[in-house]
Amino acid sequence: MAPTAPTAAKSASPSQPSGKSEVADLKQQLRQLAGSRAPDADDQRRDVFKRVISCMTAGIDVSAAFGEMVLCSATSDVVLKKMCYLYVGVHARNHPDLALLTINFLQRDCHDQDPTIRGLALRSLCSLRVPNLVEYLVSPLATGLKDPSAYVRMIAAVGAAKLYHISATACLDADLPAALKALMLSDPDAQIIVLTIPFNYHRKVYDICSADLKLELVFGLLVCWPTAGSLFKSVIGGQVVANCMHALQEIWTLEAAKSEEAAREIETLYSKPVVFYLLNRIKEFSEWAQCLVLELVSNFLPSDNNEIFDIMNLLEDRLQHANGAVVLATIKVFLHLTMSMTDVHQQVYERIKAPLLTLVGAGSPEQSYSVLCHLHLLVMRAPMLFSSDYKSFYCQFSDPSYVKKLKLEMLTAIANESNTYEIVTELCEYAGNVDVPIARESIRAVGKIALQQYDVNAIVDRLLQFLEMDKEYVTAETLVLVKDLLRKYPQWSHDCIAVVGNISSKNIQEPKGKAALIWMLGEYSQDMHDAPYILESLVENWEEEHSPEVRLHLLTAVMKCFFKRPPETQMALGATLTAGLSDTHQDVHDRALFYYRLLQYDPAVAERVVNPPKQAVSVFADTQSSEIKDRIFDEFNSLSVVYQKPSYMFTDKEHRGPFEYSEDLTNLAVGAEMTENTISAQRYQESDNDLLLSTSDKEDNATATSNGSSASTYNAPSDLSGPSLLSSQIPSETSLINPGAPTYSSQSNFSLDDLLGLGVPQASAPPPAPALTLNSKPVLDPGTFQKKWGQLALSLSQECSLSPQGAASLMNPQSLIRHMQNNYIQCIASGGQPPNYKFFFYAQKDGATAFFLVECIVNTASAKAQIKVKADDGTAAEAFSTLFQSALSKFGLS
Amino acid sequence: MISQFFVLSQRGDHIVFRDYRGEVPKGSAEIFFRKVKFWNDDEAEEAPPVFNVDGVNYIHVKVAGLFFVVTTMVNVSPSLLLELLQRIARVTKDYLGVLNEDSLRKNFILVYELLDEVIDFGYPQTTSTEVLKSYIFNEPIMVDAGRLPPLGPAAMFMQGTKRMPGTAVTKSVVATEPGGKKREEIFVDIIERISVTFSSSGYILTSEIDGTIQMKSYLTGNPEIRLALNEDLSIGRTGSSSYDYRSSSGGGAVILDDCNFHESVHLDSFDIDRTLHLIPPDGEFAVMNYRITQEFKPPFRVTALIEEAGPSRAEVLLKIRADFSANVTANTIVVQMPVPSYTMRASFELEAGAVGQTTDFKEGSRRIEWNLKKIVGGSEHTLRAKLTFSQESHGNLTKEAGPVNMNFTIPMYNTSKLQVRYLQIAKKSKTYNPYRWVRYVTQANSYVARL
Repeated sequence: MAPTAPTAAKSASPSQPSGKSEVADLKQQLRQLAGSRAPDADDQRRDVFKRVISCMTAGIDVSAAFGEMVLCSATSDVVLKKMCYLYVGVHARNHPDLALLTINFLQRDCHDQDPTIRGLALRSLCSLRVPNLVEYLVSPLATGLKDPSAYVRMIAAVGAAKLYHISATACLDADLPAALKALMLSDPDAQIIVLTIPFNYHRKVYDICSADLKLELVFGLLVCWPTAGSLFKSVIGGQVVANCMHALQEIWTLEAAKSEEAAREIETLYSKPVVFYLLNRIKEFSEWAQCLVLELVSNFLPSDNNEIFDIMNLLEDRLQHANGAVVLATIKVFLHLTMSMTDVHQQVYERIKAPLLTLVGAGSPEQSYSVLCHLHLLVMRAPMLFSSDYKSFYCQFSDPSYVKKLKLEMLTAIANESNTYEIVTELCEYAGNVDVPIARESIRAVGKIALQQYDVNAIVDRLLQFLEMDKEYVTAETLVLVKDLLRKYPQWSHDCIAVVGNISSKNIQEPKGKAALIWMLGEYSQDMHDAPYILESLVENWEEEHSPEVRLHLLTAVMKCFFKRPPETQMALGATLTAGLSDTHQDVHDRALFYYRLLQYDPAVAERVVNPPKQAVSVFADTQSSEIKDRIFDEFNSLSVVYQKPSYMFTDKEHRGPFEYSEDLTNLAVGAEMTENTISAQRYQESDNDLLLSTSDKEDNATATSNGSSASTYNAPSDLSGPSLLSSQIPSETSLINPGAPTYSSQSNFSLDDLLGLGVPQASAPPPAPALTLNSKPVLDPGTFQKKWGQLALSLSQECSLSPQGAASLMNPQSLIRHMQNNYIQCIASGGQPPNYKFFFYAQKDGATAFFLVECIVNTASAKAQIKVKADDGTAAEAFSTLFQSALSKFGLS
Repeated sequence: MISQFFVLSQRGDHIVFRDYRGEVPKGSAEIFFRKVKFWNDDEAEEAPPVFNVDGVNYIHVKVAGLFFVVTTMVNVSPSLLLELLQRIARVTKDYLGVLNEDSLRKNFILVYELLDEVIDFGYPQTTSTEVLKSYIFNEPIMVDAGRLPPLGPAAMFMQGTKRMPGTAVTKSVVATEPGGKKREEIFVDIIERISVTFSSSGYILTSEIDGTIQMKSYLTGNPEIRLALNEDLSIGRTGSSSYDYRSSSGGGAVILDDCNFHESVHLDSFDIDRTLHLIPPDGEFAVMNYRITQEFKPPFRVTALIEEAGPSRAEVLLKIRADFSANVTANTIVVQMPVPSYTMRASFELEAGAVGQTTDFKEGSRRIEWNLKKIVGGSEHTLRAKLTFSQESHGNLTKEAGPVNMNFTIPMYNTSKLQVRYLQIAKKSKTYNPYRWVRYVTQANSYVARL
């Protein structure tokens, strides 16, 4: 049981009473101490403050003491100050008027002689999160960014981001981003490090610096020499730069949706001068800041291969870092840089193996888990590259079960001709394990390896040995596997059936195992002597069988058996159908009735339905599409890898913070990690064709697209009755644009949604991309549009041209909106004055829930349009963009 | 971008709770605790360190029985957060000397102070004890280390080795000692965690060493240090497979598969004379982590037998032989063996004259446990156990029982033969001669013998 707040409070401070009386008591004491000049007043205050914060930690509401806390805050004792700042930071938001009381002393502290006090005050001032106090923040922040102490600058940089969240306009009006950028590129303390750090180790960094940087360097040295006391000053200097980057990334990404300028600014963060500037200094940053720089570099697109190799050589030693986060961030850079160079990409895999395995062994179980998740991703992508390392993935006694599960999956994936024997032998050891969930997983792993077609013979033998172990869960798991194996390798039926026939169904309780056994009894009843009698006894116990799944299987099995051995099964069949017809479970009842009617109609037909000749299953369906896997790979070194889901599936933007303090909610704000997605999406497009390890699914998609055959073709008849009949009256535009696609296109269920005016649920997994047809009447409300625009990564950004006639006729937004509507592209918002118009369009892929969102800026003077496309289904973005541009170019021609 | 950081006790109490961005809905600590406690009730599985509930990502590590947790709303690097959490725990330990619930509760104001500097608005700032020193004003309140039950790694140097100052690992980096003067000393620990799996016939199936050279410096003025390792040390195994054993264990050369180093280590001369240069920052940190799959001589040979002895009885024989020199003693040895699930009773027979050995039959988890206080090098110990079953055993007993797992700590012993040849401290003056402690220890990570 999780404790509720009061009990937590009790245990947090066992000697004290909790709740209201406690707060009243504290208030009382604070009031007494407020004006006290007694020599030990500070000590007493410390004690009371401590108790206040202890209550706060335990979740007790101590905000009532706000006034008293502020009264006591006029002190020169730093420890007291810090406690007070902490308290004020937590409660100011709920007491904006009282918070005003604190401004005075915070502002005064911002001018203190001691840089530590200045920094602390500035940090607390920015943490108040009270919108109407913004005016008091701007000037201390601007001063703070120019403070002679690196510590204060470091805090001011983050403060700028805090201010942005309280009031974006205040932050931008004060031109803080520009100040941050200047600071980032020329922080004096970050520059002198190069010379203060011992060992001529860093000499080479100095040598690569451009001439003017060297100048700055020397300049920085002159200016800041007095402050550069110790070696560790440099870390703080590096942190100034890092915090500027954090703040700029956050501000510009949020701002990018509103302003072009911000979007361009964010590009400059990934530009060559900035990236190289940071890379050359990477060793002067703290390990956390190094991760930030590396993340930035992984977004950088080098212009040629030499640049790629330069970066990789420079970062090579980062792979030997003891901090796993640095190593993984470096690996991400390597993997992304080499995407287009198949052989180098493969070398990278070889290179990173050893460091990853070392990290797995070195840290706490939690740290190894995260590294192992990344290793898991790589193993799944390129199993053959890891096939000789199989022993590294053996489970260890001390591994937690979440680690063991990952290892079992990896062992399954890397099994091939050469190592299957060893792997399966090892897995069989786990099958008898005391850890039952792992024992089950191990058995499943053995089965999966068998389905991969290596050494099936031996594996079947071992599976059958499992059945002899006489442990219920082992038997149940094994039966499921034997069933799957038989579906794939019917030739093994003889051996398997001999063993399976000896298993007493009474010993199996688990529905899945029991269902598998019953399936085999039905399917192979001709080979199993007493199959009809076993089935009969199972039917007798119909009432006691709780699982509908088992009863459904039983129905079918008895039917199958009946057609193979009619005289022996007839009785049982009668009993089964009777039992089935009176079953309370709808599915069981319906199936029984169906069989009954079928038999009544014609037993021969029934046999064809129930017992048709079967083909062996060649491949069992993969659970995850290759597209999703690629998306996860793009998000390497993020939570996506741990969850094995792309980020859009788990980052819930509804709860996202950035909007919380933002006053201007109507703006299309974008989530903070949007940059990352933007770039990775672009990269994804580029790398699509040359992935070293892409799966065959992709080809399938490609062929489907080129054939132009679309799933929606089959839905044509439904249009006749569906409400989308209207749309078929204006087919000419679409057919012109997209000749390969069917003209009548809409899916009834979505049209129904249209009718009811329902929002269409967001796509959970993007479907494969057929030739693109658009839904004639997509529905998207502005709220959802805004949310989507914030969530989705930028798929495409292009410039295209309008016909001169079109540009000339674009006197108001309405004309283009109507034109696009005829092409099934809807407008959600528009605005602007000649010659510039801005539109937000959306469209929906026919028969799918996936939406396309477009931002289109038209300049009628140059007859050019700038378009940005975001899509639920990134693979279709290209096709959609073509369609969009084609529609746009026809504007004014008709 | 971290939204919140908090530390919870084993019972779920808040010890510290800091919200950096105000974006996670209330009650996150309770949601977290409930989720971790009842992760998968049926199968008693442990919650993974990273999970997502209603769009909030919870990342945690367990240190000294406490949960160190951060929450975040965005898709960040899990490794970064996990490393950061470990580092916060370590910095706290540097300050408090001992890290446990008691010391944290006593010093929660200091921890808040640290947290303010370590993370700002969700962005990691600095985790260097050295740098933090200038911004931390609270004095740590010491808990009495002597009264505490020994904890994990801190405990392993405290037993039986008088040469070690017992308080060393529990001394705060910042607190001044009663005499007002700090003792100049530096500790270098070579800690090796070994994993060995023996087959039923006694062959070594897999073996691996995960080693760490850990340093804890109490030196003032950051002198430069040279740490020399074996001259014949080589890194990176040749050949395609990292597991192609050659019977070269007698050769003496130490071959690391791979290693990594702390930020402060400079490897300029490492390739030439295997010397690491560094200016150790204050506090505890890993100078180097390494991994070895080269064959080594396992410190213990374990043999286990289970045989039927009548219709519903069986006999178990466990034998351990200590394959190391007699002046080394292993301590806190635990041998566990799962027995068939239908075992009702177990009676044990220790060898004659056994001292400091206890046995137990754990009914709930169906296994027998054998504890030995210490084992002297070269000695051999056996345990016989008679099992009584509630039903007749069918077929193969070896599939129903085992594998045997062993846990131990061997101070002053290192399996890999990796040595610190010398530890040189740059002299500030002639009289400057700080204490240097170089200590070795080998621990079992996964030491398993199959039946």
